[in-house]
Parts: sequence; structure tokens; C-alpha cells
Amino acid sequence: MLAVNFLLLAAVLFCIGVFGVIARRNAVMVLMSIELILNAVNLNLIAFALMNNNQEGHVFALYVIAIAAAEVGVGLAMVLMIYRNRKSIALDELSEMKG
Amino acid sequence: MVAAEETYKALELSSGWFLENAWLIALIPAVAFALIIAFGKKMPFKGAEFGLVSIGASLVIATGAGIQWMQRTDSADHGGEAAQGAFNGIRGALRAAEGAEAEPFIEPVVSQWVWWQNSGLEFGIGSHIDGLSILLLWLVAFISLLVQVFSLDYVRGDRRYTHFFAALTLFSSGMLVMVMASNTVQLILGWEIMGLCSFMLIGHWWEDAYNSHSALKAFFTVRVGDVGLLIGVAILFFGSNQWAVDNLGSNGFDIRAIQAWALSGDGSSWTLLMASVTLFIAAIGKSGQFPFHTWLPDAMAGPTPVSSLLHSSTMVVAGVFLVARIYPVFWEGFNIANGGLSFIAIIGGITIVIAALLAFVQDDIKKVLAYSTVSQLGYMMLGLGTGAWLPAVFHVFTHAFFKCCLFLAAGSISHSGSHHSFDMKKDMGGLRKFMPITFGAWCVSTLALTGVIPFAGFWSKDEIIDNVGDAGYTFLFWVGLFGAALTAMYMTRATYLTFFGEPRGAAAGIHLDDDHGYATEHRETLVTAATIDRKLVSVGAAPQSLGAAAAHGDHDDHDGDHGDHHDDHHDDHGPHESGKLILVPIVILAVLALTSGFANPTPLAGDALGLNLGEGVELVKKYVEPRPEAVSLDIAAGHAGESLQLLEPGGFVPQSESGGEGEGAKKTGCGRSTPEVGTVCYFPAVSHAVPTLSKILLSLGVVAMGYAAAIGFCIAFYKNKHPKLVGLTERSRIARSGYLFLKNKYYLDALYQNVFVYFVSRPLAKATYWFNQNVIDAAVDGVGAGGKRAGEFVYKNIDQKLVDGAVNASGTIASETGHGLQPIQSGRVNHYASLLFGAAAVGAIVLVILNVS
Amino acid sequence: MNALILAADNVNVAQNIAFGVIATVMIFAAFSVVTTKNVVHAALYLVVVLAGVAAQYILAAAEFVAVSQVMVYIGAVMVLFLFGIMLTRAQIGKEEGLNNKGWQLGIPVALLLFGLMAYVIVDTFEDQVITEVTPFPTEGIADQVLSPFLVPFLAISFVLLAAAIGAIVLARKD
Repeated sequence: MLAVNFLLLAAVLFCIGVFGVIARRNAVMVLMSIELILNAVNLNLIAFALMNNNQEGHVFALYVIAIAAAEVGVGLAMVLMIYRNRKSIALDELSEMKG
Repeated sequence: MVAAEETYKALELSSGWFLENAWLIALIPAVAFALIIAFGKKMPFKGAEFGLVSIGASLVIATGAGIQWMQRTDSADHGGEAAQGAFNGIRGALRAAEGAEAEPFIEPVVSQWVWWQNSGLEFGIGSHIDGLSILLLWLVAFISLLVQVFSLDYVRGDRRYTHFFAALTLFSSGMLVMVMASNTVQLILGWEIMGLCSFMLIGHWWEDAYNSHSALKAFFTVRVGDVGLLIGVAILFFGSNQWAVDNLGSNGFDIRAIQAWALSGDGSSWTLLMASVTLFIAAIGKSGQFPFHTWLPDAMAGPTPVSSLLHSSTMVVAGVFLVARIYPVFWEGFNIANGGLSFIAIIGGITIVIAALLAFVQDDIKKVLAYSTVSQLGYMMLGLGTGAWLPAVFHVFTHAFFKCCLFLAAGSISHSGSHHSFDMKKDMGGLRKFMPITFGAWCVSTLALTGVIPFAGFWSKDEIIDNVGDAGYTFLFWVGLFGAALTAMYMTRATYLTFFGEPRGAAAGIHLDDDHGYATEHRETLVTAATIDRKLVSVGAAPQSLGAAAAHGDHDDHDGDHGDHHDDHHDDHGPHESGKLILVPIVILAVLALTSGFANPTPLAGDALGLNLGEGVELVKKYVEPRPEAVSLDIAAGHAGESLQLLEPGGFVPQSESGGEGEGAKKTGCGRSTPEVGTVCYFPAVSHAVPTLSKILLSLGVVAMGYAAAIGFCIAFYKNKHPKLVGLTERSRIARSGYLFLKNKYYLDALYQNVFVYFVSRPLAKATYWFNQNVIDAAVDGVGAGGKRAGEFVYKNIDQKLVDGAVNASGTIASETGHGLQPIQSGRVNHYASLLFGAAAVGAIVLVILNVS
Repeated sequence: MNALILAADNVNVAQNIAFGVIATVMIFAAFSVVTTKNVVHAALYLVVVLAGVAAQYILAAAEFVAVSQVMVYIGAVMVLFLFGIMLTRAQIGKEEGLNNKGWQLGIPVALLLFGLMAYVIVDTFEDQVITEVTPFPTEGIADQVLSPFLVPFLAISFVLLAAAIGAIVLARKD
């Protein structure tokens, strides 16, 4: 099996995730896209572990999974709060930081 | 991970389960502490049962370990003699050279876990069991158990009953951890746990400002010494680490490595001296030696069991233990071997006398005992400082029993006899009729403390004095004897005021105010002549009425402070004997105060008594004192199978043999003279004095004189109120100033508070302010004025024309750019994301291109 | 362990086919996640992607990570997402305006990134073949987590704690 297979698949997932983050307007959808990006990174870690024949990649993939779980928890809590305050989770309406 | 060092192969020392699992002794109370904190309040006895059971278990293990240690020593002495020649050439040669007298070194049982590794340096925690550890482990477990039993009754109903037992148990754990420490890091751990528990327990009734103040004072004073401990440990580590790694395969934190290194001649005398001084400063702080002794009497603000356990019999000997544990460092550092007048001995001698003198002017029975403790600790230090290692350690052992007994008796008196007061002059007197058992125990312990034959103190304290004289310190010998006489005197005074004469105050059943006797004058204020007069009048002239009135007038502000921890005594205000839970520990300790001296009786003194004591009766000497034999390195490192690691040629620098050596040192090759190449010593050859009848009679005579003088004085002053004595401090200027000097504790507290603190806070601050105003400000002003003139010039010529133009131009540019870039900062996340990723992509492309080309 | 042997075999057609099939499904599902007009569908497509990633882990001989992926992502994270969707009253069914006004901007950025990464990957690894993989016991992960990577492990536990507390604080209604 070619080493590039995994890496290219991860690259595709990553870019789709990036597209999702840029294009989506709904905050929950943006969070989903971020999950795609994180999974792409995980796939890379596993692939490199396989190529280098050690297990450190596995360990860090597990760490990334844990971080992702925390990120989703906090992110959704924030989305809920935004929704409570503004009755909307459309990100383009949240432009109070406009310069 | 268990790196239990194999025991000494060549001699086939016996070991056993208790010796190898001695770490349980410290672990069990630590677990019990957690259980008390977590579940204590829900348990039927409010958590006390965890403490008692855990300390009991520790005591059982410590006893088992003690028995096995004795077996181990015996196995070396008997089994080893035949084997040694065949197994170990060096050993055999050394032994042959020494003759049959030398006893083989008993390898300690070390089991150790590594809990932290850093760049090859291993930090261990574990147990290092030798005679000294065994002695103190057993002692601490035993005294802790008795004090906990005592506390069951004494602090019953206290609002922080559970926390009290938790802290007591944690303290025991900390002390045990320290005593069995196999390395200095663990020693610091136990040391600090004890400091913390001491703080918590002194301030147990922190609602009273005096108590919390005392707790803070104790903590901070000891902390000053702790800095010395840290520095000393660091010096020892950097001094000994390389040697330890090369020769023993351990590191510079290892106690055994430090011991061996100090005697190896590898370290410079300067290093050893610095380490000794800094470590001894720690010992001064912890063991209440001059000039840091001021915290210990104030520590008596804690509950009596705490005073009894921590501040008399166990924790305060931690400093003595520290010195005894790494004795080779002090031995070499202070050049004790050559009879140098060491720092330790000087401090010990000073402490003996000044603390004993202070005990004369105390009215609080616990403070008398506290100064007595300080004085006795001075004896231990004196012994250690003059090479009398064994008597000093033995004095730790015996002192624990009788001093703990005295404190518990004082607690019993205050609990049942004087309505929670500790004031001998106001609330005691004539108690011997009401509390016969307490009185008996007190008397036995007092006789032991003053060193009357055959009580325990004689066998240890007189040994110290004897050894000091034998080692050639004539002046300190007389200081020791003088201290013994003083001890007899102040203890007579305390005994007389407490148990004899007419009952006064609470002892007579008078309770004018409801302060429950915890009211004590605020000792932090200096005593003035006026207050003395009032006190003397109240005590000397009309003890009952005026004493009670003074108590009433002085202490109204304490009403209700402690109303909640002895509710069960309101119905019974007269003095009476305490309950069984209080008496049983006291009686056990009194019995030990009488008998424990026979653990190491001097044969000659035994003969004088008419007892037929053979050669083998000095049990402590046989089992506790490490033998100063040189052992070969491979065995010491626990690699019995490997080839002998020879030292580098420069490893052992031969030291000059001085003329003043004792007999013992030459034989063994340890201490002053250098061990053979490839061998190490773990303990120097200390000499032992041979007691003579004349010396025994001399010390007994001195004590008897002290007793006689004190009894005569007490009867004349307190009973007959001899007109020449009463009111002496009012009539005689000398007597008054002497009394004030002692009453104010040599003004040391005033010195610390008013001079050090005041100097730092007031004049120094003022000087700094003046300097700030007049020097720094003037400079600033001058610079400012000059700067202003220069500035005006620059402003007119350069600033306006040149700089302003540039600044304005750049401002305009920035403003225009900002306006131009404003749309990018849209406030929308998606835009930012696209910019981020896009920029990242562009940046990466640039890098790729640069890399490729 | 079987997957391991497959992964080690560089001429194994079956494994390459499996990889290709799963990858195709994943890419399709991922594309659907970011393009569908139905939020709930997007979440379900995400499940497919995550399951595909887990399958790829098994192909890459990382069983333990695969199981964790299934349990954490598909079991927990997806439930969270569905809750999030429901609690924000998303429409069940098609929804207009899920995309930004300037969503087209994402296409060039994503393509640029992909082109870059594809070039770098292919340029670096070209036809490197994965061969001879020694089996990894799961206990190896435990050894790694608890000795060399202990500090990050502790850090993560703190992060999780902080996240749990933070989520509670943020989502409370007072």
C-alpha cells in the first residue's frame, strides 16, 4: 500500500473541512466542519505511526480525540448561549467586532 | 521497582518481614489520617478509632522490627565470627589487625522505591532501618499511642475533636517518615509535615488570639531554621554526589552515601563545616536551642497532649535526630574527634543554663516543663557536640518517657484538679491529697528528670555529663553539673507549688469568674515592676483571696473563649483524681521513667547499686550504636557478586593523625584516620567514658545539693513566708533586675520584635524614604531641569521642523492604510477563517518554492 | 491483527480496494456535510465520515484508536451535535441560508490548500511503500501514555475538567 494514500485522503478531508468552516453560516455546521479537520489530522497521525513503525502517533491520536470532545462540549455550550441571547446562531450576524 | 538492597552477604545477617516492611510503620498512620479526614465525623468515636488502631498497628510492627534487628545484630556477632575470615579478605585483615574487640558493622536494612527520576538522578522514598531508626520508631509509636489514649478523655467534647486526632495521626506519620528516611529529601518531607502539624495543633484553639499568635511564632521561628536545612542538604548533595555515584552507586541525597562520604576524606573540611553549620541551624530551630528557643514555651498554648507528644518528647528531638543521623558530617565538620570546641556543644551548653534559669520564674506549670525540655535538649546537643553520641541518643529515649509523663500529669492536674488552669501560683497547691496517682507519677518522673539513681534520667544524663568531662571539656562538664543542680531546683519549686502547701484558687474550689482557667496573661507584653509587685503581693501575702481577685481582674476579656470543650465538668468543680483513660498512660510512662534507664545501665554504676550487671547489659550500646568498622565497598553498594570497586588513587586523602586521639579511633580506621582503600565507614569511632564511682557521687551530690537548697527555699518562701525573702525583688535592685531579666526571657523576644522587626520597619524605612526624597529625587529633579532646557531647545529646532514632519507623515500613512484595510476586519468569523487559511496556504507555498529552488 | 497483516502486505489487492471504497464513501459524505441544505442530514453524513475514519484506522493497524473513535465520536460527540441542533430549533427539513453570502470564497482557498498539500505529499513520499509492520500491542499505548507522554496526559485531563466546568457555566440559564 502506498504511503500517500492515507495522506492524500487526509488532505482531502482537511480541505473539505476548511471549505465548510469558510462557507457555512450555521454555527453548529461550522463545528462539524472543524470535526472534519481534526479527523483529517488524526488520520495523518495514524498514517505516520504506521510508516515509522511506532506507536506514538496512536497516543497522540487519542489525545486529539479527547481534545476534540472537550472542544465540542465547550463549542456547543457557547452556541447554546449565543442562541439564548440572540435567538439565532447565524455567524454573520455576530459581527460586533467589526472594525 | 522495589530496589531493596540485599543485605550484607558475607556475614549472613538475618533479616525478617518486619525489617523489610518497616515502611508500613509510617504508611499506616498516613492512611489513617486520610480516613479520619474523610470519614472521621461519621464514625462512632469521631475518628479517634482510626488514629488509635493505626498507631497501635505501627507499634506492633515497630516492636517486631526491633526484635528482628536484635536478632540481626546477634547473628552478626555470633554467626559472623567464623565466617568473616573466609568470605572477605579486607574485612578479615582489618579485624585481625584490630584484635577480637571490634564488633562487625551491621548493615542497615534499606528498602527504597524510586518515585522521580531526573537526568539519572533518582529520588527515592523508603525505609532505612538501623538501630537508631528502630529506637525512635518504636519510641514515637509508643508515645503517640499513649498520648492518643490520654486525648480520648482530655479533649472529649472539643468542637474540633476529629481534626485534633487527624493532626495527631498525621504528625506521627510525619515523624515516622523522617525517622526512617533513607535520603535527605524524605527527611525534609517528614520534617515539614511535622512543622505543619505543630502549627495546626498549637493553634488548635485558634479563636484565642494568643494561641494563633503562638502557632505562627512557632511556625515562623522553625521556618528560619528550615532554610538552613534546605541549604545544608543542597551543600551535602553537591559535595557528595559525585563521590557517591562513583563509589556507592547511589547519589548525594542518600543518607548512607552522605555518612560514608563525610568519613571518606573526599569532601573538603570547608564544605563539611558549612554543611554542619547550616544543618545545625535547622536543628537549633526545631529543637528549640538558644537563640531560637523562644517558640517552644509559647507552643504550650496548644492542648496538653500536643505539648506532651510534639513539644517535649518527639518532634523537638527531630533536630537531635538530624544531628545523630548524619553524625559523620558533624563529626568531621566540627572536628569533634580532635576535641574541637564545637558549635553544637557551645549552643547546647548555653541552652542548658539559660533555659533552666528561665524555668525558675515561670508560673505556668507547662512553661516550667517547656523550659525544662529546652534545657534537656541542650544536654542532648551537648552530648552530640562532644562525641557522646550514645548517651545523647539514649537521653532522647529516656527523656521522652519522663517528660511525656510530666506533661500528661500537668494535663491531668489541669483537667481534674485546677479547673483547666495551668497557673501554679493562682490555681494549684496541696493537690497531692486529691490526686495521689498523678502525684506519684509526677514524683517518679521528676526524680528521673533530675537524674537521681536509679531513675531513667540518671543513666542517660549523667552519662552525657560524664562523657563530656571524659572528652576533655572541663568547662562544659561543670556547666552540665550546674544545669543538673538547676534542674533539681526548679522541679522542686514546681512540685512544691503544685502539690504542697495550701490549695489556692481553682484547686481550692474557687471560681470567681467563668474563664475556665485558660486565661493567661498576654505574655508578649514585657513584665514591668508594677506587675511584679502586684503578683508578689497576691501570692506571698494572702494567697487565696488576692490570687483569685487578681485572676478575676486580669482576665475578664477571656470569658467564654473556651466554654465548649469541657462541658462535662461543670457539675464537679472541686479537685479530684482523673479518669482511667488519663491515668493509665501516666502510670505506664511513670513505670518506664523508673525502668527505662536499665536499657543501658553502666556496669559500674550498677555495681555501686549492688546490682550484678554483667558486660552485656548495655543494650542500647549493643543494638543502637552503629559500629565504626570499615566495610568494603562492593558490599556496601549492594553488589556482592561484582568485583571490588577500587577507589581512584586520590579518593582517600590521608589525614594527619593528631595527637589527641582517643583509644577507640585508632583501632578501627574510621573517623580521623583514613580507612583502607576500597572500604568505607558509616560511623566514626566515638569514645566512651568509663564511669567512676567518684564521678557518680559528684553528680549525685550536686543534684542532692540542688534539692536541699530548693526545698529549703520553698519552705522558707512559700510556706513560712520568711520576711527576708518575701518582697526581695521590691527591696533589692539587683534581685529585681535579675527577676525582670528572667521574666522577660532575656529580652530575646523583645530583641526580635523591637530591634529586628522595628529596625527593618522603621528606621530602615525612614532612611530609605530620606534617601529616596533627597538623593534620588534630587537627581531626578536635576535631570529633569536639565532635560527641560535641552528639551526646549530640541523642541524649537528639531522637533517642530524635522520630527513632526515625519511623525505627521507616518500618522497620515497609518490612518490611510487603516481606512483602506478596514473592510477586511469585518467581524465575521468566516472571513477571518478564509483569510487565515488562505494566508497559511500562501505562506506554505512560499516556503515550498524556497525549498525546492 | 488480521488488518495488520493486510497493512503490511504491499501487494494486497483486497486491502487497497477496501481503502479505495471506504475513501470514496468518506469523501462523498464529507462533501455532503459541507453542502447539504439539511442540518440533520449533515450530522448523519458526519457519522458516515467518522465511521469511515474508524475503518481506516483498522486498516492502519490502530484498533484501539479505532474503537475509541467509534465510542467517542459516533457515540458521544454526535449525540452532542444532535442535541445542539435540536436545542437551537433548527428546521427539520431543507433550510435556506445555511451558507454565507460570500461562501464562494471557500472554494479557491480549499483548492489552493489541497493543491499545495497534494504537491508536498506526493513530492515527499512519492512511491514509498509501507512494509513490514511489527504488531503493536495495545498495552504499548498504555506504556507510552503513562511514561513518556504522561505530562500531556495530565494536561489533557485538566483540559477536560476545565471544558466540563466551562460548558456547565456557559450553558446555565441564570
